[in-house]
Amino acid sequence: MDTLKSSFREILRYPSAIVGLVIVLLLVVEALYAVIAIPYREAIRLWRSGEETWYANPKFAAPAWINLFREKKLPVSFHVSSVDGEISKVATPGTQDISTINFEYTFDFQADGFPQELMLYFTTTYETKQPFATIVLVTPDGRQIRVADTGIEHKQNVRFSQQPKLISRYKDQLIPEGLFSDPQAETPTALKGEYQLLIYGTTFEAGSDMDVEFVFHGQVSGLAGTDMARRDLVVPLLWGAPIALAFGLLASLGTSLLTMIIAAIGAWYGKWVDELIQRVTEINMVLPFLPIMIMIGTFFSRSIWVMLSAVVLLSIFTGSIKAYRAIFVQVRESMYIEAARAYGASDWRIIVRYLVPRMIPLLIPGLVSGVPGFIFFEATLAVLGLGDPTLPTWGKIINDAETHAALYKGYYYWILEPAVLLMFTGLGFAMLGFALDRVFNPRLRGV
Amino acid sequence: MEAIAQPSSEMAAPKKKSTSALVRVVRYSGVRLVTLFITVVIAIYLTIMIANMGGYVDRMMRNEIEENITMQVASGKAYQNLTTEAKKELAQQMIDLEIKRLHLDQPLMVRTVGYLSNAITLRLGRALQMASDTGSRQVRLIILERLPSTLLLMGSSQLLLFFASLFLALSLSRHYGSFWDKLIIALTPTSAAPPWFYGIFLILIFAAILKILPFGGLVSAPPPTDQFEYFLSLLQHLLLPGFALFFSGFFLSIYGWRTFFLIYSSEDYVEMAKAKGLSARDIERRYILRPTLPNIITNFALLLIGVWQGAIVTETIFNWPGLGRTLYQAIGFNDTPVIVATAIIYAYLLAITVFLLDFIYALVDPRVKIGGGS
Repeated sequence: MDTLKSSFREILRYPSAIVGLVIVLLLVVEALYAVIAIPYREAIRLWRSGEETWYANPKFAAPAWINLFREKKLPVSFHVSSVDGEISKVATPGTQDISTINFEYTFDFQADGFPQELMLYFTTTYETKQPFATIVLVTPDGRQIRVADTGIEHKQNVRFSQQPKLISRYKDQLIPEGLFSDPQAETPTALKGEYQLLIYGTTFEAGSDMDVEFVFHGQVSGLAGTDMARRDLVVPLLWGAPIALAFGLLASLGTSLLTMIIAAIGAWYGKWVDELIQRVTEINMVLPFLPIMIMIGTFFSRSIWVMLSAVVLLSIFTGSIKAYRAIFVQVRESMYIEAARAYGASDWRIIVRYLVPRMIPLLIPGLVSGVPGFIFFEATLAVLGLGDPTLPTWGKIINDAETHAALYKGYYYWILEPAVLLMFTGLGFAMLGFALDRVFNPRLRGV
Repeated sequence: MEAIAQPSSEMAAPKKKSTSALVRVVRYSGVRLVTLFITVVIAIYLTIMIANMGGYVDRMMRNEIEENITMQVASGKAYQNLTTEAKKELAQQMIDLEIKRLHLDQPLMVRTVGYLSNAITLRLGRALQMASDTGSRQVRLIILERLPSTLLLMGSSQLLLFFASLFLALSLSRHYGSFWDKLIIALTPTSAAPPWFYGIFLILIFAAILKILPFGGLVSAPPPTDQFEYFLSLLQHLLLPGFALFFSGFFLSIYGWRTFFLIYSSEDYVEMAKAKGLSARDIERRYILRPTLPNIITNFALLLIGVWQGAIVTETIFNWPGLGRTLYQAIGFNDTPVIVATAIIYAYLLAITVFLLDFIYALVDPRVKIGGGS
């Protein structure tokens, strides 16, 4: 216990260790938050669902906070609904079961760019006679632009870009650009101010009702932006942390523990056991590691558990097993092992209780330093398109971005967000492991 | 990887006088060659089995062939006048032919042993699906065609990395504790990230934002006809992937060498040389570099054969038409001959290097005796 305490105090003497420790702790907190805030099943559902969940987000939208760094502001996406009371709804009953339902929503538009699309999602109840709606957009300078007059089915969405009235009005212009630009300006310039969306609904039956959701696809959205399937990147960015940590820690722990135990067994039993381990190691070193992993991913399974086991299996029999063996062979001859043998300890007891614990000072730094390698390896597989098909991971985001030429098209946020997280994770563990190495291996301290 | 080739302490053991030197060297070389050969054979057979997933890939390929040909016959214009029966028969014939072409009619064991014996004798054979740019299916030609670009990329970046880090480390080891020394140590964790990771950042900065270097590829399209311009374009395309490969290994490599040199510079004979008042240059060359030569040679040799494997992900990210990307594509096509060919050549190169290193040690380090220990 005391040695642990003193080692801990020793670690704190290295600034890089403190930085590393802080990063690792932050990641652990973030991972815990992700797992609690978005339960596993929910995260998978969100990651794998399409339009039905994510219709309210624009595609390829940068995060909203980039407006802070831009002189020309981009419109922020939002969606409001009359069910939640964000859109004011006034129903007036009339004669012969005909009643009017009027919706009104005012929003302040202060961006310099134009939105991608505007949409209305109607939900109505009726028996036979369809309700009817007239949609009007009032611009800050008082123009009333009629968007559509249309009958409304039980569930109907109205895309502004597909409305014949608007198409004939803005012939050679994108519809949202036409709606939001200043008619006086020579080049298309956004007209800033309060816009008003008015919907005059009419129902023709008793008990017939109408509700509407207004979806405004801007050019920026949310805290992290969106991808090609309108998915909010917050979900995979948050969930990438627990997956990366789990993969990195499990792989590193499994590899170092198994390597050590196998090296100890080889050194203890000697003879053919040792010989076999040596030969297996030499064969394994000739095997091409990454191609074999790619083959397993392509032909067999991309499940993260299969990959994890394969990585561990291939990483056990490497140069480190030889390094450990050399030390174990020395330790085998020491007095306390002799003593254990004298009181009749079994082989297994000597290996597990006397040989392996002796190596813990070597094991811990190696374990921590090994984590970034495995985390980046998981990302590498994902970038090659071999990531686990169900899980939202950082590597998968980079892979999606790569296949959609994100850098070429200027969606920098898409690659930068996961890359920066990966970098911090890698740096955190590498710095910590580096400092641990110096604390636990005093021989290195001088150099 | 280094461990195989590390000069083992056994070799430095005091020599036995009972056998003559020649007999000892021959016997040692013989045993070493046989073990290395067996190692290579087993490793290659394992690779072949993994490339077939123990027969799983066979079933996959059969299904694919059946589906493709049935579709082809069912929807092909040329076959629309045939009766259903005739179509079925034709499809079956075509399926049998294709299965025969890919040797899927032979049992897995026979086929894998065939692959193995061909691989061991370096008869690389014909690819199943892939072809070289000239249209040849010869695996040898496919590999030879991609080899120069990989040699260029990996060779330039790895050689630069090796020599730059070696000499920087040598000078750092003499300025232990200086600002630069501390800076390099602080930057060592950057090597935790693989080259493709830095590649992405480099593309972002130099290709996307600054627009001064290309996103990827070997030369600009269409390829310049003028030789000098071709060379310039090649150089431009080489810059980003080469630097990514270089940078990813740079700080760790310096750190490794620096620590290694530091251990050797605290040897008594170095102190002695200092005390004698030898110049720093002489101490570096005769008292630090000379005894560390075996390790330097080992690392250099392993680096050279590492070049052969190419850089799968970096080449893929940068669209660099090298061996790494070819291997990745071959795996995508289930093209076992190509996969096995790259594996066997690597295995042979590794085995030969490991074998030769023992002799090179004995040449450069008089303390080492071949087969001296056992």
